[in-house]
Amino acid sequence: MIDQSVLEEVLGVAMRTGGEFAEVFAEDRRNASAVLDDGRVEELTSGRDRGAGIRVVVGDTTGFAHTADLTEAGLIAAAEAAAAAARGGGGGANVVALTRRSASRGYDIETYPGDVPKARKVELLTRADEAARSVGDAISQVSVSYGDNRRRILVANSDGLFVEDDTVRTFFAVSCVATGDTGMQTGRESVGHTIGFELFDMYDIDQLARNAADRALTKLAARPAPSGQMPVVIGSGGGGVLFHEACGHGLEADLVSKGASVFRGRVGQQVASKGVTVVDDGTMAREWGNIAVDDEGNPAQRNVLIEDGVLTDYMWDHLRARKEGRRSSGNGRRQSYQNLPMVRMTNTYLLAGEEDPDSIIASTPKGVYVKHLGGGQVNTATGDFVFGMTEAYLIEDGKVTEPLREGNLIGNGPEVLQRIDALGNDFAMGPPGTCGKDGQGVPVGDGVPTLRVSSLTIGGTAA
Amino acid sequence: MSFDPPDQESADLLALAQSVANTARTGEQVEAFVARSSYTTVRAHGGEVESFTSAVSAGIGVRVVSDHRQGFAWAGTLESDAIADALADARDNATFAEPDEWVGLAEPDGVAPVPFDAFDPSVATMEASRKIDLALELERMVRAGDPRITGVRVATFSDSSSRFAVATSTGIAGAGRGAWCSMSALALAEDGDETYTGGGSTVGFRPDDLDLAEAADDAVLRATRLFGAKPVPSQRVTIILEPRMAATIAGLLGSTLTGERVLKGRSPFGDRVGEAIASPMLTLVDDPTDHRSYAADMFDGEGLACRRNQLVVDGVLRGFLYDSASGRRAGQPSTGSAVRGVSSTPSVGCQALAVAPGAGSFESLLADIDTGVYLQSMTGLHSGVNLVSGDISVGIEGLMVRNGQLAEPVREVTIASTLQRMLLDIVAIGEDVEWLPGGTGCPTIVIADLSLGGS
Repeated sequence: MIDQSVLEEVLGVAMRTGGEFAEVFAEDRRNASAVLDDGRVEELTSGRDRGAGIRVVVGDTTGFAHTADLTEAGLIAAAEAAAAAARGGGGGANVVALTRRSASRGYDIETYPGDVPKARKVELLTRADEAARSVGDAISQVSVSYGDNRRRILVANSDGLFVEDDTVRTFFAVSCVATGDTGMQTGRESVGHTIGFELFDMYDIDQLARNAADRALTKLAARPAPSGQMPVVIGSGGGGVLFHEACGHGLEADLVSKGASVFRGRVGQQVASKGVTVVDDGTMAREWGNIAVDDEGNPAQRNVLIEDGVLTDYMWDHLRARKEGRRSSGNGRRQSYQNLPMVRMTNTYLLAGEEDPDSIIASTPKGVYVKHLGGGQVNTATGDFVFGMTEAYLIEDGKVTEPLREGNLIGNGPEVLQRIDALGNDFAMGPPGTCGKDGQGVPVGDGVPTLRVSSLTIGGTAA
Repeated sequence: MSFDPPDQESADLLALAQSVANTARTGEQVEAFVARSSYTTVRAHGGEVESFTSAVSAGIGVRVVSDHRQGFAWAGTLESDAIADALADARDNATFAEPDEWVGLAEPDGVAPVPFDAFDPSVATMEASRKIDLALELERMVRAGDPRITGVRVATFSDSSSRFAVATSTGIAGAGRGAWCSMSALALAEDGDETYTGGGSTVGFRPDDLDLAEAADDAVLRATRLFGAKPVPSQRVTIILEPRMAATIAGLLGSTLTGERVLKGRSPFGDRVGEAIASPMLTLVDDPTDHRSYAADMFDGEGLACRRNQLVVDGVLRGFLYDSASGRRAGQPSTGSAVRGVSSTPSVGCQALAVAPGAGSFESLLADIDTGVYLQSMTGLHSGVNLVSGDISVGIEGLMVRNGQLAEPVREVTIASTLQRMLLDIVAIGEDVEWLPGGTGCPTIVIADLSLGGS
């Protein structure tokens, strides 16, 4: 994307005013998407974004500038702007020598989506639409979306690091509306992986569409969810967002170091029930949050955050790690070259236990079974978090019974982690997600086995 | 339509957009939307500048319609080869869409734009050192606000100066500019083993509009008044929504009233025009020509003049918002409600919602509540709100209201209802309209009979 000699020159300029660390992050991203709605292929979109962000660190201050101009002159102008913003004292003539390193994710992309004829992408949309509508006349609306992106990045910094990566992601989603006497309800299914068009060898699109339609139909008969505290069983694969919110964000070192996390100062302590092991793992092959290197050029890692209930470590980016005199955990990510990196999750999951999932439900006299969670949100300072249930059922006398309308659940991270009283042996990863933090979105994955929380507050409208 | 761009830079962008639109071939419509903005963000933490970002970004979105098929492509640069690629991609993309008789670009409709130009050049020329001083000052003010304030997660100063232009081969030409600056702080307060956060912000069309004291006081008050908060038992409650919370509910309602949702059968109010969908106290307009709104504008995303649109009057649903394509399908004129960025095609959206004021101050509305909750924050709006079914369930923090007075703090509880019910359950609307950073104008709203999920 940019010659090594140009990068060395630009980093030299960035360091000249006394910078302690400088970095060039360049990105070239192509997006393609296609949308079917209301029975018609509405639109295909192509996008191209290319540019570089340059940061210069002096003391605790980071200067940052970005440009869409990748010529030497454009990069030097950005480097000078970043150096000026960092307000260095001056006096450094710094020579940077880069050592090229390779990034590997251990598997190959089989079919680059850019090589696939657009007509084939469009055909998938039509097929899914037909499959969803075939489920029943009550399916009143269907929208189907396809998306792929290829993101090439380059990171070079004043420590001599020089690495490039090439990431391909492919995504497909079906959303249905069912209309009945009780009003309208929705059902959605989505799949996404860090792979190419081979995504469609992994999934049966017709089945995916029928599942989305079934979910909307089922909810037509749904009754209002209860309101108040009761045991909640979370379904395998459907509920990883619980851990993303309940503890993931609170274990991001930038929030911890600012005193904005309930998990501050708790490394080495029992923060969750025994048997609970939570991992953030950027190396997970083909998963939505997979990265070969993070957006600071550090290799992805498998980081154990909580082991058998004990908090083992936080997640780190370059700046936070440097301050603590340790290594980054490979969690420095950014939405695009226009953003500064910060500590972010990758694929966050809870390891499987040993119980039979059916027996977990059977041993719950009264409660709620949440088969699929929606998104969530957390206040890391208090640990209070919410997450939505997009498919949920009542549990009565140890059996899954009536479907429930949508709503949020609310709990407190540190309390909920201690209330996990059953872990299934049926681990699965969930659908692709986008995690938002300080206005930046990045792709993340999550996964859980079937599990039970002995008490969570359900935000329904029934008594 | 006669129209003069407000300055040379806008005129240059418009000329660029027109040069792309003029490449339309016979039987083809081409639209170009071009934008360029410069911005800075200063983040202060611990008495130091944590980061200082400055940048210029620009981009173009090209829409091509041919044989009633639409294709789109965009590029995050205005370099000529990238523009040529985007045009070619958009053309190619159009061939894969299925034809729709209603698809097409906007055409001049004779509605004259209401002149508006709040662009203050002092935003772009402000000294970097002053921006830094402001961010550091805001952090200092928050820290000094209360002995229990132990830190500020971040105090920011941001500014943006932007220009855009849109032109089509159907004769549309529009351009505009805007500038604003804003500051915000997130305070951390500790007492014993409890930590709370509270946010405050201030926004203006120019640096002198910023009110640091208001932002700091708000952040401190919100961070310090929740100590001792805990869940209360599940019950049915009345909620009192200060303007920024009420604006969120108004925004949810507005989202269900777009022609796009209605035509595609995704609005719970799609067949209710002329009916009472809300308390007679509620009147809601979407009006970007109201220059009190921070989202005031002359043109929508398709280059048509913005206009005042009545959505709900005295509780009765009056109509929906349309862009040109959804309007054609519905047999209605565009309401000038196309919203967009460079990287997306226009969609129908609310621009500057405003709830008409009612009667009574916040204090007098509060005094009328027997048992209720004053909401300080709502979480989980993206996961707990379904705008098709109307189901709403969110996590909240706030203060209980007992006998007309703010009482003990509450957290880790939910409130739930449906949008349809909440509108009918409005029992009071206050007299003071606050214009919020997002562009919405809203007074205090009181809503009865929601389910609170708690201990």
